[in-house]
Amino acid sequence: MERQFEKELQDLRENLLKMGTLVEEAIANAVKSLVERNSDLARRTIECDCQIDQLEVKLEEKAVRLLALRQPMARDLRFIIKSVKIIASLERIGDHAVNISERALELNKEPPLKPYIDIPRMARAAQTMLKEALDAFINEDTALAFKVCHNDQIIDDLDDQILRELLTFMMEDPHTITRAVRIIQISKYLERIGDLATNIAESIIYMVEARDIRHGGYTKEDPK
Amino acid sequence: MNDNIKIEVRRLNFYYSGALHVLKDISFSMYKNTVTALIGPSGCGKTTFLRCLNRMHDLYPGNRYEGEIWMDDDNILDNDIDHIGLRSKVGMVFQKPTPFPMSIFENIAFGLKLMGIKKKTEIAERVERALKDAALWEETADILNKFALSLSGGQQQRLCIARAIAVEPEVILMDEPCSALDPIATAKIEDLITELTKRYTVIIVTHNMQQAARVSEYTGFFMMGKLIEFDTTQKIFTAPSDKMTEDYITGRFG
Repeated sequence: MERQFEKELQDLRENLLKMGTLVEEAIANAVKSLVERNSDLARRTIECDCQIDQLEVKLEEKAVRLLALRQPMARDLRFIIKSVKIIASLERIGDHAVNISERALELNKEPPLKPYIDIPRMARAAQTMLKEALDAFINEDTALAFKVCHNDQIIDDLDDQILRELLTFMMEDPHTITRAVRIIQISKYLERIGDLATNIAESIIYMVEARDIRHGGYTKEDPK
Repeated sequence: MNDNIKIEVRRLNFYYSGALHVLKDISFSMYKNTVTALIGPSGCGKTTFLRCLNRMHDLYPGNRYEGEIWMDDDNILDNDIDHIGLRSKVGMVFQKPTPFPMSIFENIAFGLKLMGIKKKTEIAERVERALKDAALWEETADILNKFALSLSGGQQQRLCIARAIAVEPEVILMDEPCSALDPIATAKIEDLITELTKRYTVIIVTHNMQQAARVSEYTGFFMMGKLIEFDTTQKIFTAPSDKMTEDYITGRFG
């Protein structure tokens, strides 16, 4: 006989993945609306965020209910506690997709500063991190979760690179400042998405192995 | 023996008469002034284990112990151990309240008189102190001569705890002390257990895992006569090392 509690946990897991999928789409569309200068898409992306917000509220409610009524222990407890954190991280990523779309709307009104090269690369890296974090979540794959944590460096490096490049633009021609600042902001949003994906991956490692690797809690044996 | 250890069990095996092997190679330590909870499915041996600690099994012939249980500097499984002395050092509280059919006062004075205390003022003082320690004084100060069985279940259980601590034991064993009580009486007993650790070492058997989690610092998980895992309560309930412990406390079997 399948336990009722098991069903409820599975329901939370599935809904969390659904939320993850919506967030993945939101980032993809936000970046697309920027690169392809598609303001309609940017507006739709902003509107769609309310779905993600509603899921956040709904899933947190489910998690609180499970805690109160089931008094879960051990791995079930770790799963629910970390689900709450993952839900919050996903919601924040959704907000960053909105931020990117808003900057896209502003940038799309002005002539392009330069072709977007590093931003799409960064966006791909961030999307991959999020996708892998969600895969690690479904499969309880801690090796993949570790990989996500390490890949954050790629995004951080790209963020630095974009900042340096745009600083030279701004120094050469102050007319570019408004646009350059907006692109720098987008770069920062993507960098934050990488951090949040890292947080999700760290949550998964705790969920599966009961080990906290945050803030330098790595050991030598951990996969690189 | 480490100074913080009150009881150290070394390779304990226990057989009920008829050679039924119920406890298998149990080794672990219980620490002074802490609560150790023993959990596990029915028939896992946790109550049998608890009853080894004051040699209750000796009340029935044919039961046999192997191994050692060190309490301070004595191996209480030695043949020449003084059972009466041991039981005054190790008090016990049972599942159902078991007040004697006498007054509240007499229930507690009984053990004191048995110990040879004759001075009435001393007995009265110690009865009062035991009732205060068991958080029952305020409710009973004016009715000490009332029949103990007229108390509520929760009060009766606290009376039994008062009776156990009146003789100033060092260790208190509790076998499901709250299973017959409502949540409010349970909460009172649980607070009391925490309070008791200031002076005593408490070992509690419970089916209620939330209770183990609430009151204890250490938890041992028993299964089929073996101690599967022993660790801090926090570790056992958030990240147990053993798969069987995990499955039991998350309700996947048992």
